[in-house]
Amino acid sequence: MSLAILTYILGGLTFGSALMVVLAPHPVRSVLYLILTFFFISGNYILLNAQFVAVVNIIVYAGAIMVLFLFVLMLLNLSKENEPKTKNVAKFAAVVASGILAVVLIAATKDTMILQSGYQTSDNAQGLVEGLGQLLFTKYVLPFEISSVLFLSAMVGAVLLAKREKQITNEL
Amino acid sequence: MILQTVFDAGVSIEYYVMLASILFGIGVLGVLIRKNAIILLMCIELMLNAANLLLVAFSTYYGKADAQIFVFFIMVVAAAEATVGLSILVMAYRNLRTVDISLFNKLKG
Repeated sequence: MSLAILTYILGGLTFGSALMVVLAPHPVRSVLYLILTFFFISGNYILLNAQFVAVVNIIVYAGAIMVLFLFVLMLLNLSKENEPKTKNVAKFAAVVASGILAVVLIAATKDTMILQSGYQTSDNAQGLVEGLGQLLFTKYVLPFEISSVLFLSAMVGAVLLAKREKQITNEL
Repeated sequence: MILQTVFDAGVSIEYYVMLASILFGIGVLGVLIRKNAIILLMCIELMLNAANLLLVAFSTYYGKADAQIFVFFIMVVAAAEATVGLSILVMAYRNLRTVDISLFNKLKG
């Protein structure tokens, strides 16, 4: 029963820190709250017996992607003063619209659940490296290889876009 | 190997559907409410994570690991999207000296 209480506490913390991402006035604070959210989501993964996904989530999201965001924020030298403001009417409309979207999503999925009902306690150890690796390198090996092409194109695109234009004109 | 999960402890799958929907809603709220383009990208990451959470929850619920593989592919796409999006933003900042999306209106007729 304590596991259930832990799950609900973790869910509440995830919700709170995700809300702070949106509401924090300073962009750097927003990034730090998002990193905190990713840690809480990893905690959820561990409670769901997806240990490998939890570790990869921390390494990839909190370790790589968010550090990239943080670097770009520092590079652009944004402060609280030149943070763009939104009108109050637009804020109210945004809250109403996203709240209605969340309610509709919950309501739509609530009644159309669970065709194959019942949870089995049979074999819950596939979240470990062995099971996932087995699946990734047999059944899903083609998408796995194609994703490397996606990474290559993203890398080339990022280098091409972020290159200084002055240098190009000087070379020509 | 049998491990205890939260579903044995009485947590329903509807709880995870609700949590993921609310997280997705917060991501949409961020996209609508903020004008800083970098925070917009961060809110997209939040929405992708809501989808990941639901995939992992259902993967554990049904005892099949396939959904966790899809989580990896979502992470791959998110990483690629973040790199390209941020480099576009750096380029836009160099030209316009701002990341306010309401000032990115050069295509407006």
